[in-house]
Amino acid sequence: MTPRAAIPPFQTFLEEHRSIVYRFLRASVGVERADDAFQETFLAALRAYPSLEDGRNLRGWVLTIATRKAIDAGRAGRRRALTVADVAAVGDANGQVGGEPEVFDAEDPVWKAVSSLPPRQRAAIVHRYVLDRSYAEVAAAMASTEEAARANVHQGLRKLKEVVRDEDE
Amino acid sequence: MRTSELKQLGQDRARRSKALAAAFADAALEEGLLDVGYGFADSPFGALLVAVTRRGLVRLQYPGRDVDEELADLAARLSPRVLESARATGEVRRELDEYFAGDRRTFDVPVDLSLTTGFTRAVLAATARIPFGSTSTYGAIAEAAGSPRASRAAGNALGSNPVPIVVPCHRVVHTGGGLGGYTGGLERKVALLRLEGATPV
Repeated sequence: MTPRAAIPPFQTFLEEHRSIVYRFLRASVGVERADDAFQETFLAALRAYPSLEDGRNLRGWVLTIATRKAIDAGRAGRRRALTVADVAAVGDANGQVGGEPEVFDAEDPVWKAVSSLPPRQRAAIVHRYVLDRSYAEVAAAMASTEEAARANVHQGLRKLKEVVRDEDE
Repeated sequence: MRTSELKQLGQDRARRSKALAAAFADAALEEGLLDVGYGFADSPFGALLVAVTRRGLVRLQYPGRDVDEELADLAARLSPRVLESARATGEVRRELDEYFAGDRRTFDVPVDLSLTTGFTRAVLAATARIPFGSTSTYGAIAEAAGSPRASRAAGNALGSNPVPIVVPCHRVVHTGGGLGGYTGGLERKVALLRLEGATPV
């Protein structure tokens, strides 16, 4: 067994994992919700941080938190469908943080297809194909089994193909 | 649809996550989740690392030591909730600016001596009372800390001062007139005493 690792200063942890967390959220909740989900993810991590006992696999840990936030956001999103006004408001929200705003195309066919998936399938697909993670890692992030993770990815892919086929017809 | 097309959704364009991470410390502060905020203050000696807790300034580090090492040390000894925060360190950075510009004689920012214990803490508390522009001796400080004969131990305690400049250990010299040592190096001790108009012998 490898020895426990020290818990790094939160700033170091944030710098090390911010990009992968952002990429995960952008692909799974969409660009207009990614900023809020990013902040919620790291606030939840900060809250729990002092009780961590081991600094190994912090990436897996924070992606698990992000996955929970993404699935929650996805469920909330299904109750209230996105409107054009929401997408237009993205520019303002981005301006507050500074930096270059992300360009988001509401008509992007890839995003439209992915956003039509149920939240768990969507999260599984993003872990597997956007972040290139193994099924064991997908399962850990989703607090499920490897079989369930495979099933989520499989069903998600089938649904994506259906959606794209319908569009083409 | 090919799975390779999915990749384009997961991009961190224009390093958006960098801007979000920079704004994160303010959110943490507002949520009351920032235990140690740090930043850098300009000084004639280079950039000083300053770290504050809810109680006050807990660490001031001269350039030289590796910053990552210092932060890891603070995380282990105080709390791992350590974030760079311009807002949390604003007051101490402003006061240091004024001090080096000759516009400030006493620091108003509170000091948190959590990194010290026992005799060291008593020595630093006594040292904090030495006024701007004057000096005291290791013997006098040892006495004020309750151990009149422990002037050597007082010197060691001052050498481990976690908040130099603000707790003015540079104002403590030898009874015979010698400068003694300094945590930041003797040249800095002399420079600080000159800045304050105290004549080092």
